[in-house]
Amino acid sequence: MAALPPYTTLGQRIWHYTFRTIVGLVLFFLIAPILVIIPLSFNAENFFTYTPGMLALDSEAYSLKHYRDFFNNSDWQQAMRNSLMIAPAATLISVGLGTLAAIGLSQSHVPFRRAIMAILISPMIVPLIISAAGMYFFYSRVGLQGTYLGVVLGHAALGIPFVIITVTATLVGFDRSLTRAAANMGANPVTTFFRVQMPLILPGVISGGLFAFITSFDEVVVVLFVGSAGQKTLPWQMFIGLREQISPTILAVATILVALSIMLLTTVELLRRRSERLRGISPG
Amino acid sequence: MSDQSLTSSAAAPTPSNGPMLAADGTPLKKSLNRALRRQKTRALMLIAPLLIFILVTFIAPIADMLFRSVENQIVSETLPRTVVAINEWEPEETPLPPNDAFEAIYRDIFVAAEEKTHTRLGSRLNYETTGISSLFRKSGRAVDDVGERYVDAISDALPDWKGAGPWAVLGDAAHPALPGYNDAWKDFARVSTASGDDPATEKPWELLFVALAEELRAGALNEYDGPLGTELAQLSTALEPVAPVDYRAAMVEVDEDWEDPDIWATIKTYAPPFTPGYFLNAADMKYSADGIEVKQESERLYGMLFQRTLLMSLTITLATILLGYPVAFLMANLPMRISNLLMIFVLLPFWTSLLVRTSAWKVLLQQEGVINDLLVWIGLIADDGRLVMINNATGTIIAMTHILLPFMILPLYSVMQTIPPSYVRAAKSLGATNWTAFWRVYFPQSVPGIGAGSILVFIVAIGYYITPELVGGTTGVFISNRIAYHISTSLNWGLAAALGSILLVVVLILYWTYDRIVGIDNVKLG
Repeated sequence: MAALPPYTTLGQRIWHYTFRTIVGLVLFFLIAPILVIIPLSFNAENFFTYTPGMLALDSEAYSLKHYRDFFNNSDWQQAMRNSLMIAPAATLISVGLGTLAAIGLSQSHVPFRRAIMAILISPMIVPLIISAAGMYFFYSRVGLQGTYLGVVLGHAALGIPFVIITVTATLVGFDRSLTRAAANMGANPVTTFFRVQMPLILPGVISGGLFAFITSFDEVVVVLFVGSAGQKTLPWQMFIGLREQISPTILAVATILVALSIMLLTTVELLRRRSERLRGISPG
Repeated sequence: MSDQSLTSSAAAPTPSNGPMLAADGTPLKKSLNRALRRQKTRALMLIAPLLIFILVTFIAPIADMLFRSVENQIVSETLPRTVVAINEWEPEETPLPPNDAFEAIYRDIFVAAEEKTHTRLGSRLNYETTGISSLFRKSGRAVDDVGERYVDAISDALPDWKGAGPWAVLGDAAHPALPGYNDAWKDFARVSTASGDDPATEKPWELLFVALAEELRAGALNEYDGPLGTELAQLSTALEPVAPVDYRAAMVEVDEDWEDPDIWATIKTYAPPFTPGYFLNAADMKYSADGIEVKQESERLYGMLFQRTLLMSLTITLATILLGYPVAFLMANLPMRISNLLMIFVLLPFWTSLLVRTSAWKVLLQQEGVINDLLVWIGLIADDGRLVMINNATGTIIAMTHILLPFMILPLYSVMQTIPPSYVRAAKSLGATNWTAFWRVYFPQSVPGIGAGSILVFIVAIGYYITPELVGGTTGVFISNRIAYHISTSLNWGLAAALGSILLVVVLILYWTYDRIVGIDNVKLG
């Protein structure tokens, strides 16, 4: 923080520090709830609050028992397996179809571009409860309710807007003369796509994929309605746990998920910088 | 190309001021058009798979929901004869429908009870008039005995007719002189086949006896020339001394509610295949024989819920503006290095699982939770005076403000970054105080950011389900929780669909506003 210039009055100084304190408090409000639960997940007791032992940093008061419970409990393990099956499958569909469509949308002449864009973005705008209700009604008509396929299709639909947005954003800065140069040198369209265009838009595709992955991995409402007990995912299990009997194992799972989101956040940030470097935009 | 056109103009009698030609000799305009068309087709081919995917997996479900909010085929499917019989009846003129309608409802309920669909219809109509559900259940159990005297008369005259044989012969013949019997037989054959039985060997329903008896009494034999003619003549004579069944009295004996005009009015009102009933219900109104009326004070629920959803979403939006504005302001005015660091505080919650954040608030806000413990420890509140901050509106507002705050900070920050600092400096050098410079120069330029963030937060908030469900108790839940309740607990799907459709329209209007103010293309992530 830059030092205040010498001519500031007392009032300005007070305001300067008060303002920073306010912002500090808001940032604390943002981050504290997430940080508070991490130590609680190592609680040796089945409590949701800091025991005197924990506050005294007594090593006896900490334990990994909630983590052991997570890894040994068959419910949680099944939920984990389901999450790890459904999210990648949904991501593959959204990224595959989404990237193709984004390339199509970024061509110079697309009829009905606005209408198409509105339809493709709609899963992001429609409230989840409405999407879930609609899918529940429709998928039970066609026999997809309570199947893995139903959940995967629903999640893929929800992830598509993120892929479309990130990939079209990358394509805006894409230099078309590169593909023309490749074609000029005799590359066919497929080679041009995989050797020239794909490596350049790859960061956008991957971060779109990460968004799609996290959307599916984090999604509860659609799973609750479209899935049945056989397709329960981690968020489903957490939701049921929070609604019925809240067990500290949830905090262990939450901590693992926080670690996962830190990893994803870092990846997306690195990819964004790489993409900007590749496209010759200096990192902002 | 010019060479080509020159040579061709020399060879062919093309006037030199004619259309310009492409390399292959076609007019340039046509050739360019073709290239443009090819480009458009290629773009559409790339988009098509995804478009079809979204249409099938997402748009079709939404359309299905909109359809279900007005669809009402259950009455005409379960009570087809009754719907026809009361078609002409005007509830304003005569309180009860003609006697035909009682015979029709007897037959319909008989078939429905065999198919076990009468309870479903009962619960559907019970949404409109309470008591219908138990009426239908009771009638379904008792309806077998209504035509007992016909069954006895036929069985006594020809003991053979207790079995399936002759009924199937008549049914297969489908003679046009016995329309009522054929109709009943069709239902019998359909229900037997559906449960895996052969209608030709299945024990005949009492309804078949009744239907045949009614045909014979009405003199169907005069025009009958089909199989089993002699037996039918015998039955006809055997039935002559039997007193006719008064269906109206019989149904009233089953349950006196059948004499209640309200019940009949409800059936009549909901007979058409489409109904505004669910939407009226969602608006706390009722569709009755006297037209549309507002429900009694004590039965109104959805107006209050919509109002609460809007009010709480507004509160949450205001809270995110108040908390987010200073943060975005400071980040936009600090050197990039520091503001990027502060950005982590905003992005980490943004990226963290929604359930993690909700469980954190559940842990923090409990009466035995961290915040109450801290307050007791500081001495601000007594141990027995712990604050109730969860399972009520406070809990929902706190948790959702936290969850949606990044949605406010990110658009605010991106707008504030583009405000040139020289304007504020100019204002100050012209003598403005800090406050005036901020309020008259800086703030107006940041309003688009507030607008974008507010609409975004508001749109997300009014459709929220998970957080209110977990921390809202009963006083902090939104309309979406009610939708979920109707889907999974009360099974009133039509009402859930109507509530969902209303919510969808509200969101689409807001989104359209957002698009006009900010533009879809300006949606940025992270």
